[in-house]
Parts: sequence; C-alpha cells; structure tokens
Amino acid sequence: MFEEIGTTAEGDLVINMGPQHPATHGVLHLLITLNGETIKKVEPHLGYIHRSIEKMCESLTYRQFIYVTSRMDYLSAHINNHCCALCVEKGLQIEIPSRAQVIRILVDELTRIASHELWWGAMAMDLGAFTPFFYAFRERETINDIMEETSGARLTMNYIVPGGVMADIHPNFQKRVKSFIQLFKSKVDEYDELVTGNVIFQGRMKGVGVLSKEDAISYGCTGPAARGSGVNCDIRKLYPYEIYNTLEFDEILETAGDSFARYMVRIREMKQSIRIIEQLIDNIPEGDFQAKTKAVLKLPKGEFYQRVETARGELGVYIISEGGTTPYRIKFRSPGFSNLSALDHIARAGKIGDLVATMGTLDLVIPDIDR
Amino acid sequence: MFIIDYIKEVYSAVKSLLKGMKLTGYYFTHHKEIITQQYPEVKQTLPERFRGEVVMLHDENNEHACTGCTACELACPNATIKIITKFDVSPEGKKKKALDTFVYHLELCTMCNLCIEACPTDAIKMAQTFEHSVFDRSLLTKKLNKPGSKIREGVE
Repeated sequence: MFEEIGTTAEGDLVINMGPQHPATHGVLHLLITLNGETIKKVEPHLGYIHRSIEKMCESLTYRQFIYVTSRMDYLSAHINNHCCALCVEKGLQIEIPSRAQVIRILVDELTRIASHELWWGAMAMDLGAFTPFFYAFRERETINDIMEETSGARLTMNYIVPGGVMADIHPNFQKRVKSFIQLFKSKVDEYDELVTGNVIFQGRMKGVGVLSKEDAISYGCTGPAARGSGVNCDIRKLYPYEIYNTLEFDEILETAGDSFARYMVRIREMKQSIRIIEQLIDNIPEGDFQAKTKAVLKLPKGEFYQRVETARGELGVYIISEGGTTPYRIKFRSPGFSNLSALDHIARAGKIGDLVATMGTLDLVIPDIDR
Repeated sequence: MFIIDYIKEVYSAVKSLLKGMKLTGYYFTHHKEIITQQYPEVKQTLPERFRGEVVMLHDENNEHACTGCTACELACPNATIKIITKFDVSPEGKKKKALDTFVYHLELCTMCNLCIEACPTDAIKMAQTFEHSVFDRSLLTKKLNKPGSKIREGVE
C-alpha cells in the first residue's frame, strides 16, 4: 500500500517530492519517509507523463512509429530512432550502405555528448551551482545547430529511418563538427576545473549514494549508473552493432560506485565520444545514404529484438510481427526505468540533502521511464 | 601534525574554489560573442532543412505539382493531412482525378518529414517558419493549394 502524507504510527514523517519539483527534471513524484533527516524509504510514483507509446506504435506502420520514439528519451532521440531502425532492418534483412552507418554513429555520438552535457549542467544546478548550466548549454547549442542543419530539427529529429538516414549530411557538417571537437576538448578540461575539482562538490558526491556491483546487476542498472559500480555493460562493446567493433574506444569503468564515480564515468565518456567522432569524421565513405526499400514495409512473421547503448544505458526494442504492415506488439526496455528502481536502495539510510545528488547522477529522464 | 594537515586541507579547498571563480571571472570579462539574440527585432535565419510547417509549392502561373495521389496522407502518422479529390473533365471528355483541397492540420503536425519523403512529385516541402501561434484554434487548419490553382502540365 502507498503511504499517506503526514506522520506514520512510528512517528516518521512522510513527505512529497514532486511531481512539480525543480530537481526531479520532470513529473516524477517521490514519496519519502523520513526519520529526522535520515531517509527510511523512497517510493517513486509514476504515470504522470504516460502517453501509451507502446500501444500507439501498434497502429502505426514501421516507418511511422520511429518518430514517436524520439519522444521517449528526448535527450538521446537519435539513438532511440537508431535502435528502432536497426530492429526493423533485422526483420527485413536489408544491408545498410556504409555511408549511412558512419553517419548514424556520428550523430549518435554527438547526441551522447549533448545529453551528457545537459546532464552535467543540470546536475551542478541541482547542487546549487548555477554557472555550469550556462556553460553546458553554450556548447550544447553548437551540437543542436549542427543537428538542425543536417536533420531539420533540434530535439526530436526523426533522422534515422529504416534503410539508412533520411537525408544526406549537410555540406557544412564535417567542417562544423571538426571545429566543435576542437572547441570541446578544451571545454571538458574547463568543466573539470570548474566543478570536478571543487571541494564542496566533492564533499557532496564522494561516498554518497553507494551502489555495489552486485546490486547494480540485480536491479538491472545499465549505462553510466552501472559502470560507476564496475559492471561491464557497454552494449557498444558487448554486442557491437553497425561498425562499433571496428572503432577504437574504451569502456569507462569506475569501481567506487558512489555518486562521484557515476559523475566521472560520464565526464570520461564524453572524451571517448570525441575519440570516436575523430576517427570517423574524415573517413565518411562515399555512396548512398539510404538503401532501396519498398514504400510499404512488411516484416515477416516472428519476433525481433535489438539493443543499443543510449546516453542513459541499454535500450531494447522488441517487435512481434504477424506479417502485416504494423507491429502486433512493441515493447521498449528503457534504461531509465531500471535505474530508477535502484534509487530506493541507494538513497536509504542517507540524508535527505544527498537525495538530490544521488538522483542527479542516475540521470533520469521521466518520459523515458513512463513512456 | 594534525594542525598542519588541517591548514593544508583548508588551503587546497580555498584554492579549488578560487580556481573555479577564476574561470567564471575570465568568461565574465572575455565574452567573445554575444549568444543571446534580441528576438522580435532581430530574427535568426533558419537552415534550409528546418521543419516549420508543410507548404505547397506554386509557380508564377499558380500551378502546383500535386496529383492527389494521397501518398502523404498515408505516410502521416497523425492524420495531419486530408486530401479531397475531384474529377477533371478534359476537352476530349476523359475523366481525370485531380486535387480539390489539400487540408493540413498544423495543430496535429509533429514535423516528422515523412510526408515530404513520401511525395513522388515533390509538390510539398517544409517551410522555415516557426511563429505559428494564433488566437483561434480553427486558424491552424489550413488549405495548402491556392484558390484557382491547378496542376502543372506534364506532372503525372
């Protein structure tokens, strides 16, 4: 049963955090049971932004349903679209031109940087530092402009389609991405200078919200939240898709498992994304940007599953097809939902002041959790 | 020895705070470009691929390239587009299907670009507009083909 607001029989205080709270980054409702300042229980209440995306997809064709998935994890919209496109391509068994594969990975990694940057700014703002928010958005704006020029939208792109990408890259794309990575390399060091080395920041992050490796696995945590606890879970390394197996990059692992470890994973991951982009940006092969596909896509009868690594963790798309033009059932395994389920465990016995820092490092995107 | 460690810790803490303040101070005095725009007075030019709204292209003779094939209507995930067709009678007495009204519901559109991709004759495209706010919702339902327009010769 859900707890009521007020005081329990044992004299504990039950309070609300959200659904309208600046630190929950969306409509997440947490019911917190407190003994003094110590957290006894955190109960997330979901459903405030449920749009029944999975059910909606059942009435949309295989071309149409991809745009909806941009609205799940809107900070890694490209990667969501990528996963759906890969799953449909798996069913159709079509070969993707190598140019399209490279473009897809380039926009994926740019999205990852943009997502981590927004997280970095918002995370620092949760802890009371306002300047990092502006600095993060200043660089993120450059990525948004690049995306806008190539795909025509800033947030919900719908650029990756079954068979390749919707349009060829803009002639300015390579030039602008190169100037961006030049700029961004110095900026990451500035981020370290401004926030990572800050004594107040470290005091609030180190040793707070510890998630052990066993718990990370048993709660199904993925992405930077689990890699901060030392779990090998990078899908790009474990189950490489597209041409990730030919690229050189490191899987970032930290072993401490506290908030600071999760923070450092994301900061270091941005540098790895830069490394991937640097390998590809000058080597975009010539050719088509889209494979020839039929106007109406029909998947054969069967079940198809594809997973990718989004900025938040493992996203899985599971399609059951009856052989028609629309899927019979679609299930999304979203990373945010599993990561949120560990929040109660890691916040318990901590102080209420640390809850915001803990939640910030899990990098929750609420529409991704509710779908 | 405890007191020396303590002083060292305080020193490094103050140093780290000043380091951050130095960076903030640098940007405070060295703003290279002003990023914010004076929006209503100064308007940004949007890139040519920007998706603002669907428009139909008309040439100087008030002719468009839409055959009324409803490919865009079928491609649209949100039932944004409704195409009403009519039958044109040619001088030889042959009946031919043609576009009567291209209804576009801007309030339902998510700018996914699928209709533009589906169009076989490139009759529609995305316009680089973004100021769509109106006082009445019914104004968002638009008729895209201009009054009196007809299909261009030779477009099948």
